[in-house]
Amino acid sequence: MQHRSRFLLTVLSFGYAFLYIPLISVVFYSFNKSSLATVWGGFSLRWYGELFRNDQVLEALALSLQIAATSATFATILGTMAGLVLVRFGRFRGRTLFSGMIVSPLVMPEVITGLSLLLLFVSLQQLIGWPAQRGFSTITIAHTTFAMAYVAVVVQSRLTSMDESLEEAAMDLGCRPLRVLFDITLPLIVPAMVAGWLLAFTLSLDDLVIASFVSGPGGTTLPMYIFSKVKLGVTPDINALASLIILIVSVGLLLSWAAMRKRSS
Amino acid sequence: MIEAANPDSFIRIRGVSKHFGDFVAVDDINLDIQKGELFAILGGSGCGKSTLLRMLAGFEEPTSGTMEIDGVDVTRQAPYERPVNMMFQSYAIFPHMNVEKNIAYGLRKERVAANEVDERVSDVIRLVQLDDFRARKPDQLSGGQRQRVALARALIKQPKVLLLDEPLAALDKKLREHTQFELMNIQDELGITFIVVTHDQEEAMTLSTRIAVMDRGRFLQVGPPKEIYEYPKSRFVADFIGTINTFEGRVTSAGDETISVDCPDVGVEVRALCTEDVKVGQDVCVAVRPEKIFISREEPEEDEGVRVRGIVDDLGYLGNLSLYRIHLETGRMIQVSRQNRRRSHKRFVEWDDKVWLSWRPRSAMIIQGDD
Amino acid sequence: MHKGHTWERVITAIPYLWLFLFFLLPFAIILKISLADPVIAQPPFTPMFDEQGNLSVSFDSFIFLLTDKLYAITYFKSVMLAASATMLCLLLGFPMAYGIARSEPTTRSILLLLIVLPFWISFLLRVYAWMGLLNNYGVINNMLMWIGAIDQPIQFMYTDFAMLIGMTYSYLPFMVLPLYATLERMDLDLVDAAQDLGATRTGAFWDITWPLARPGVIAGCLLVFIPAMGEYVIPYLLGGGESLLIGRVLFDEFFVARDWPLASSVAIVLLLILVVPIMLLQRYQARDAENA
Repeated sequence: MQHRSRFLLTVLSFGYAFLYIPLISVVFYSFNKSSLATVWGGFSLRWYGELFRNDQVLEALALSLQIAATSATFATILGTMAGLVLVRFGRFRGRTLFSGMIVSPLVMPEVITGLSLLLLFVSLQQLIGWPAQRGFSTITIAHTTFAMAYVAVVVQSRLTSMDESLEEAAMDLGCRPLRVLFDITLPLIVPAMVAGWLLAFTLSLDDLVIASFVSGPGGTTLPMYIFSKVKLGVTPDINALASLIILIVSVGLLLSWAAMRKRSS
Repeated sequence: MIEAANPDSFIRIRGVSKHFGDFVAVDDINLDIQKGELFAILGGSGCGKSTLLRMLAGFEEPTSGTMEIDGVDVTRQAPYERPVNMMFQSYAIFPHMNVEKNIAYGLRKERVAANEVDERVSDVIRLVQLDDFRARKPDQLSGGQRQRVALARALIKQPKVLLLDEPLAALDKKLREHTQFELMNIQDELGITFIVVTHDQEEAMTLSTRIAVMDRGRFLQVGPPKEIYEYPKSRFVADFIGTINTFEGRVTSAGDETISVDCPDVGVEVRALCTEDVKVGQDVCVAVRPEKIFISREEPEEDEGVRVRGIVDDLGYLGNLSLYRIHLETGRMIQVSRQNRRRSHKRFVEWDDKVWLSWRPRSAMIIQGDD
Repeated sequence: MHKGHTWERVITAIPYLWLFLFFLLPFAIILKISLADPVIAQPPFTPMFDEQGNLSVSFDSFIFLLTDKLYAITYFKSVMLAASATMLCLLLGFPMAYGIARSEPTTRSILLLLIVLPFWISFLLRVYAWMGLLNNYGVINNMLMWIGAIDQPIQFMYTDFAMLIGMTYSYLPFMVLPLYATLERMDLDLVDAAQDLGATRTGAFWDITWPLARPGVIAGCLLVFIPAMGEYVIPYLLGGGESLLIGRVLFDEFFVARDWPLASSVAIVLLLILVVPIMLLQRYQARDAENA
């Protein structure tokens, strides 16, 4: 056992080092005074300051947040509906196609999703003149479409693990089916919906490829801005931006983890 | 096995079947239940008992047949329109509502006035002895308490029929016995018709006034517990309820009350009480319950029943009784049970002892029919 | 059950229509454009029906794809790189998942959190982090030169090696999580029982642990392989100008060369390559949902 666990310990240490050293190095160099990103020139918060004075970053961030919040909300509504349909509404014509369409965006390479949606928007523009301009609305639609699949999966698994006799009991006690949905089903899947929303929000904030396809001039999201900068190499202000994101995500995740542990104990 | 049509039966089920694709879950069931009965449907898993119950509750629609409750055809009524409430096997207590809200739920849906809701909730909470737990959330309740919340929630609407799906299966043995009697008391007090579905023969026997034994979607026998136990109409029923020794044989003589059957397995002619019409030369099955067989070291006195010799193959001590497996000279194994009336370290018989078995003609039953 | 309530139909129809319009229809359009010829116009492809209403279908793009050696190399390289990254992820991910599944409950939840955390940090930034490490004047080269192992920086950036590292790094959590899920469900007594019956420790691993972990291995491999095949960011940032991976070629064909029919054909061929893995993955996930 001793020998074995030493092997596991080594692999685990290596694996986590592999996962975290790059992130730590980004955070470290974000405090670098030098404008040469990888040459240490002393400690400084200079790049954080520049970041907050950079209007392009702030604009892109605002756009990204708007898109993420809007698309996450739509995705949660649509995904919850889809989850309900798949788990609770039984068989109907076209169900196979429906469930296929729900899970496909999960496994579809982003370049294909992006290209197909762009071609749709272009075709629509020719046919009905909408969308006249690609940007907020087209990115939101694209993000809603692929994020609703994630929400549907989360809601679906919650519904499957939920005792169906809860809903039957409500009906048995005189509650009509639509009311059962609001009295029993929805309150019980709220945690899944919240998790789904957060997931959709994050996915939207993270997405570069699909947004690059379906966006137009003027619609620059934060990942698109970052990408345009880092294509040319490592830059210190992106280090600062990355560090901030790492910080926010870590704190948020730690807090929810602690809350979850507290609730379960 | 169609029961005689009873004009004033409270629940009337006629020719009800349920098919799931090719699978026939419930096969042409006819049943009459009187008001105030405590009726049990007993069967193994997959016998169709739960499907029948779910059809009564309205969660499944029968493929054919009709169901009436108190003179009203409910076959196509939605669950929320029926004067029927159900206690679910999982109890199905709403996890996001406290005890009080769970119990009041049905009345709220009926739009009963708030002060009346309070009153009735208090009454039923007192009935099931949950006064101290009104504000608790379901995850803070024990199994027995949850069971009582489920019962109270179903009772509060004063349904014409209360359906109970394996009401005691989730409780441990001690609690189960206690709750059994509590259920019977509540039923007695309220006079509501109960229909219980269970796979536990003991539960069915103690709880109910009548039992229907179900297998493969059909009722094999319907009757009071005693009748089912003492006069099973088929081997399946005899086997399903308790343990039984059965012997194939051919009738050699048939008198007014008793018949003689030649059973090669026993080695001697077996006399048995038989009120049914049996002809000489017919193949029948003789069945004897283990507790009806006497076991002794000495040869028992001459009587008109059966006496046969055997060797103790195995014995088991269960506390209140002991079980024996006796090897007959014919090679047949017979199960016998015996009350342990006396307190003693010494065993009554030992392994490999030679013993005598005997039983009276009225203890043996004749089962006709193929299964 | 009493079916067919109007509201049920409404709830079904809304996501159905959405997916039809924004998922299924776009694929039909890709297919349509892949069968057109490129022209210099707006939009830059020939219509499916000409002015006389005759169907005009052209397989030129597909023929070009299949005959052009460059594309064959690109597809081949994409498959090889994605497969290598998958193998690396498995080699590293399996013992990691095993170690996590066998650790104390408190440690386990921290270790899991640390696997999930990078998920929530932007993919782009995680790839970017490697640029800082692999640079000629990056952390690794600086370190190596400082300890005197080398005196000239090693060219890591803009190589296949860099892309491989990037892919392994980015998709490692996709491998660890499904593996962990199956290993955690596994009854430890099974391994003890095998050893009790005379299996060696290694024997018990191959007889018991590995076959039982197979669903997780398959799921993990597919979850890494499929997105790695269509990767766009990694070849761009770590692979440099000459790195021809299919995801990037598709993007360039569309936006730089403006050959929409060719880009569409590239997408369809990529999809055809991925059809089998995707269907495998969906079957696995459906089965997993049933078991859970």
